[in-house]
Amino acid sequence: MKTMTFAGAIEDALMKAMSDDPRVVIFGEDVQALRMNLYAKFGEMRVRPTPISESAFLGAAVTAAMAGLRPVVEIMMIDFVAVAIDALVNQAAKLEVFSGGRWKAPMVVRASCGGGYGDGGQHEQTLWGWLAQVPGMKVVVPSNPADAGGLMLSAIEDEGPVLFMEHKLLADYWIDALANAGRINLEYDIPEAGARGEVPKTWEPIPIGEAKMLRDGDDLTMVSLGVSVHRCLQAAEELAKSGVHAGVIDLRTVTPLDTDAICRAVEKTDRLLVVDEDYKHFSLSGELAAIVLEAGLGAKFARVCVEDTIPFDRRREAQALPNVPRIVEAATKLVSR
Amino acid sequence: MQPNAEGLYRQMYKSRRFEEAVTQLWNDGHISAEMHLSKGEEAIVAGVLDHVMDGDALALDHRASAPMVMRGIDLALLLKEFMGLEGGLCRGMGGHIHLFSPEHLAASSGIVGATGPAACGFAIAAQHLRPDKVAVAFFGEGAMNQGMLMESINLAAAWSLPVIFVCKDNGTAVTTSSADVTAGDLLTRARGLGAHAVSVDGTDVDEVWSAARDAFVRAREGKGPMFLHATCVHPEGHFLGDPLLRMVRNPVRELRSKVGPLIKAATTGGSSLSERAVSLGSIAGMLGRARETQKHTRDDPIERQRQRLEISDAQRDELERAVDDEVQTAVAAALRGLEAQP
Repeated sequence: MKTMTFAGAIEDALMKAMSDDPRVVIFGEDVQALRMNLYAKFGEMRVRPTPISESAFLGAAVTAAMAGLRPVVEIMMIDFVAVAIDALVNQAAKLEVFSGGRWKAPMVVRASCGGGYGDGGQHEQTLWGWLAQVPGMKVVVPSNPADAGGLMLSAIEDEGPVLFMEHKLLADYWIDALANAGRINLEYDIPEAGARGEVPKTWEPIPIGEAKMLRDGDDLTMVSLGVSVHRCLQAAEELAKSGVHAGVIDLRTVTPLDTDAICRAVEKTDRLLVVDEDYKHFSLSGELAAIVLEAGLGAKFARVCVEDTIPFDRRREAQALPNVPRIVEAATKLVSR
Repeated sequence: MQPNAEGLYRQMYKSRRFEEAVTQLWNDGHISAEMHLSKGEEAIVAGVLDHVMDGDALALDHRASAPMVMRGIDLALLLKEFMGLEGGLCRGMGGHIHLFSPEHLAASSGIVGATGPAACGFAIAAQHLRPDKVAVAFFGEGAMNQGMLMESINLAAAWSLPVIFVCKDNGTAVTTSSADVTAGDLLTRARGLGAHAVSVDGTDVDEVWSAARDAFVRAREGKGPMFLHATCVHPEGHFLGDPLLRMVRNPVRELRSKVGPLIKAATTGGSSLSERAVSLGSIAGMLGRARETQKHTRDDPIERQRQRLEISDAQRDELERAVDDEVQTAVAAALRGLEAQP
């Protein structure tokens, strides 16, 4: 049995993809330091540090992909994609339709996301619902090392733009660089099973768009992704103590959304609780409610999300992000309705 | 008009002592996540801020401590904000990267280059509402490759906006050598966009002060923007606990887990041997540059100014003691605020 860290699994999958296919190139800010091993192995033509010019290098990734490369382009934090959003929203996502299906941009945008370490509302967003909203974009959000490696391979093999988001609480090097920075006197609620875990002997792509049922339960269905999946599993344990049986689905992919898996589970439980670290309004959680309604299911619905700009103060931040007590409370209310 | 040597020294010294207190609080775990200091930039900030008057606006980047301290914001309010306390400048909601003081028209952002558009907007408002007032944008040389900043210099020049673009150049964009990713030279670039441009030694507060005086005079007279380029060193790297500096300062502890995978990656296939050798050379160069920043104490802007003071040692000691007291009082107030936190 092989175990790896979340970040180690992504690096290992990238190493395989880059060894197998010379068209796979990385560029982004500080990649000579952040991806030091890949930089040492593949050289600067394939692991290329960029200036802080997101709109230029993200835009360039689109046409580099159109012209035959398979770029894995890095935006250090997903918050910063706002600076370069044109490349995704108006260029990459539109290409296939605009060209009548004749041209595609097989690129991966890799970005860190998420909070829980006190970095403020401009460095801790997830924004996956916002980005998934544009037709033509695929968005994956792994919650553990095995999914991270497998989904990275699929993202690279995919013929269109894929946004690959790694939560900072899962990737140890982000916590080391941004949160602890050499200190040992601070604590973070890091889900162990997400930060390190079993991985396959050899990497195989995990299909994009397939959710995974992690826990069965008849009373309600929790649907989540990223770090919140682990909060849900913990909440489900707590709920079981009081006789409430909650199922947990890890979406793994925001878009394309695995509508069938969600509806199948909700049909059985009649109750859907979405736990989403993204914003509540005009969001993934709202989309999930709509999907269930459109399927003709009259399920009861609740959601635990981020409702406002994330506070810098860690005490208030912890309340703003989905946490186990909030999930247990929402679930308890939902089953009593 | 001549700069007031003592006043400038006092400002720089205050900012430095304030940030030393911040460093202590951060080390003690009272401040979360990233902490970008202004340490090393004090002469640039002091030399510019000395010309700022009420009604002028400040567009600040992620190193906003020094400008906020020198603009006269209460030190305890700042510390409490950095510690995420309700009693902080922004009620603990923004943290050190997101500092705002509407009374001073001072606003900061953690998005690289965002101070360009911000200063333009402040300047447009000044043209309408506050004749003769100006806006200052602070940013690093890394931001000079950000499109929105280039667009802003053009906009300011095209509309003769009263903006002073202050480029604090330490030669490193986070961990990337700016020389490796920046073509041409920055002054020529700014001039190409229509701004008047000068370069100064940013560790010499007199030089900065004189260049800034011209910039403010021009801007207040409606003659448009100036690009003020000032070199500096960041002795603490990009932020406290900078990974590269930790490797340099504590090689055994920090490199132990990294060297094995690095050697394995570099020696087991991949690109050609020569390309891999170049990569390893670049990594060594990156660490070498980080080590260099540690040797620049002779260029310390505060020490330089201290040598120039024409007051007695006793007068200087008194000045420093008064600042030390002010900082300590603020730290005590902030720690009391922490204890009072529910």
